[in-house]
Amino acid sequence: MSMAPPLLKVEGLSKSYGGVHAVRSVSFELRAGEILALIGPNGAGKSTCFDMLNGQNTPDSGRITLLGVETVGRKPRAVWRLGVGRTFQITATFPTMTVRENVQVALVSYGRQLFNIWGSTASYAREEAGRLLDLVGMGAYAERPCGELAYGDLKRLELAIALANQPKLLLMDEPTAGMAPRERIELMRLTARIAREQSIGVLFTEHDMDVVFEHADRILVLNRGSLIAEGSPAEVRGNPQVRAIYLGEGLVYDARHREGAGA
Amino acid sequence: MAFYFVQFLTGLASAASLFLVASGLSIIFGVTRIVNFAHGAFYMLGAYVAFTLTERFSGAFGFWGGIVVAALVVAVVGVLVEMVLLRRIYHAPELFQLLATFGLTLMVQDIVVLIWGPDDLLGRRAPGFKGAVEFFGQNIPSYDLFLIALSPVVLGGLWLLFQRTRWGILVRAATQDRDMVAALGVNQKWLFTSVFALGVFLAALGGALQIPRDAVHHALDLRIIVDVFVVVVIGGLGSIIGAFVAAVLVSELNAFGILIFPKISIILVFLVMAVVLIVRPWGLFGRPEAAARRTPGLTVNPWRPLTSGERMLSLGALAVAAMLPLFAGNYALTVGSEIAIFVIFAASLHFLMSVGGLASFGHAAYFGLGAYGVAFLAKAAGLPMIVSLLLGPLLGLLGAAVFGFFAVQLSGVYFAMLTLAFAQIVWSIAFQWVAVTGGDNGILGVWPDKWAAGPASFYWLSLGVAALAVTVLRIIVFSPFGFALRATRDSPLRSEAIGINGKRVQWTAFVISGTVAGIGGALFAYLKGSVFPDSLGISLSVDALVMVLLGGVETVSGAVIGAIVFKAANIWLVSQTDLSKLVLGGFIVLMVVAFPKGIVGTLEAIRNRWRPSETKKSALATSRVEVAE
Repeated sequence: MSMAPPLLKVEGLSKSYGGVHAVRSVSFELRAGEILALIGPNGAGKSTCFDMLNGQNTPDSGRITLLGVETVGRKPRAVWRLGVGRTFQITATFPTMTVRENVQVALVSYGRQLFNIWGSTASYAREEAGRLLDLVGMGAYAERPCGELAYGDLKRLELAIALANQPKLLLMDEPTAGMAPRERIELMRLTARIAREQSIGVLFTEHDMDVVFEHADRILVLNRGSLIAEGSPAEVRGNPQVRAIYLGEGLVYDARHREGAGA
Repeated sequence: MAFYFVQFLTGLASAASLFLVASGLSIIFGVTRIVNFAHGAFYMLGAYVAFTLTERFSGAFGFWGGIVVAALVVAVVGVLVEMVLLRRIYHAPELFQLLATFGLTLMVQDIVVLIWGPDDLLGRRAPGFKGAVEFFGQNIPSYDLFLIALSPVVLGGLWLLFQRTRWGILVRAATQDRDMVAALGVNQKWLFTSVFALGVFLAALGGALQIPRDAVHHALDLRIIVDVFVVVVIGGLGSIIGAFVAAVLVSELNAFGILIFPKISIILVFLVMAVVLIVRPWGLFGRPEAAARRTPGLTVNPWRPLTSGERMLSLGALAVAAMLPLFAGNYALTVGSEIAIFVIFAASLHFLMSVGGLASFGHAAYFGLGAYGVAFLAKAAGLPMIVSLLLGPLLGLLGAAVFGFFAVQLSGVYFAMLTLAFAQIVWSIAFQWVAVTGGDNGILGVWPDKWAAGPASFYWLSLGVAALAVTVLRIIVFSPFGFALRATRDSPLRSEAIGINGKRVQWTAFVISGTVAGIGGALFAYLKGSVFPDSLGISLSVDALVMVLLGGVETVSGAVIGAIVFKAANIWLVSQTDLSKLVLGGFIVLMVVAFPKGIVGTLEAIRNRWRPSETKKSALATSRVEVAE
């Protein structure tokens, strides 16, 4: 592997609420173009981790270094300016605008035109917005009101919005939650392709183990706030500690694949 | 020293009523999520009914019985209001709830005058508390001591009620999660009704207990509601202990503020509120609100710039309006100028409300500041009209920049209450600082220069400025900034995640809106030839809200139509009836319940329905009022 500095470096990240240690001294690295999954049972601290990474939450201690810049204490909008795109567990888009306008707003922000009160947004970066929508397969819906979209389409629109600032890092909190099985696979394939082509690092949390084992290059396993395992899908799957703690889904996955292999 | 101590006790005594009313407001808000603007009206009704009962029935029993019965009677009125009106709007956006309860307040003002007459009424002294207690040469009315003792008793009673009774536990549960309580099989309807009754009872009790201290009159409602809003903003909505602490704090600030700044004592309260808002935006004892409900913007129809046909139509309408002086008399032209000025004012609020999602309940502050700005420049500095017109609105800009900075830290009902309180503070300054503003007498003799003095020329001037203002605001709506503003309104989470500094965007919008309102106010000063504190008053702020709502809060420029219709109807109505508040209030309530999309919004919905390709869209849009959360 190359010796380039990591895109994202997390060292000793901790956060507690009252007496509860939501996240305990978590450290990991993420390289450009790498797809890293953060998994763990409910309440393991995945979302807290995520919110600290993009500045929505402040850690009690620890360092987060993105492209050599320390990000702890910066607001989400400042982290975004460093080149971090984010999608949410429950989609956050602008329902009173068209699909294209949703992307255009992000492009307006990227072009630092937010306080331009005289221009026309309709003609601002129109082609670029169209290109991003085509990229996620939403080109045909560009003029539709965003409030009318189906949930899977909203997830794809969110991805287009998150790509508007040409991010180096994509943070995706349960990108396929609430989607039909087929849509899940499509969305993750799309994400993986874009990440490889543009050399974007992707960190995602996910409950669907099929999605995780199929698309992640590396997996981090979080339990009760602590990182208990880290490695390739095969390593993590074979890890007895993960199996013990992560019972349900891992076993189901295994059983299903054994059946598949037997048939 | 003794003097200060007595002053302190006077402050504590004033806190009693404030606490009763504020705790009632907080309890109602906690469960129903409605900020009951009519709470001041219930307070006033409590005072009037108690006045009648205590006059009718003599003796100690008559007095104290009268007070309690008055509060109970008003609570029954409250129950009726809840069942007939509020049950229909629990799921409506909070702006509509505030407006409906404000409409109620207007109606009660006229009803009270109809029943009890317009004069101040002086009530009986409380039996057993008629004298005064001497303290180091200073006299303290013994009734004040009674009130001081009463608030902790009520606080304790409420605490027991909420901690120790089954009903109280249900109420606390509903405060945390209404849906879960409903899912557990609790009859929500009666829970809400009983909570409302308790809140109204407390408000009316607060009013009834004031009659030995204060004259009863028909402006009590607005006076108390502003103080109560300040109290709950400081203490935290939904917190009873917060209401108690903040009521004491505000009353003491008032009691001692009088000594420090006799003319503008309210400044002190404002400063404390500003500090609290910076440190704890959700109040001293409040909890940070979960994501605020979106206020306006119910529609899923994305906005479009005018088509060329619509543009021609608007230009045609403007041309017709410009020809008015050819066939109309002077009176009609003056009315026309006034309507044009209110188009500017309504459009400025519409920009803030519809595009920014920030429903200001005190927008008249910036209108009035523009008017005062012109009056200062024209009268004190003797500047020519054109210079005053250009510079006067800067006072509106300045006010919007200062108040807007604090106001945008909040959202939803907190924003509405805070803007109302700010406007009331500006009004108080204009009213109390007689040396500068002329107080109630206003500033007279602000006449236009010769070139604009004729009714026709002034009308053209107003019409031209109105057309310019509306056009500029429309351009801003469709500019990158306009989209950033809408993005902040639609999803604060997403807009922050794409690098938008929402507070700064909203602040800028607030300043733009306040400046445009100030331009309207500047013209208004020249139209009337004078400026009075009324042009900063609550009723003017609410007029603007009604104009926006009437035009259609979901539209791009509905306020233009709303202002024309409302102002014309209002001028006609005032000439026809003495009960204009009753009619206006009833109209507001009816509009909120039956007609929430406004004139332009309804027309758009009808047009969409006739377009086969857009049937689905309009169906969605019409069903949004019910589901908007």
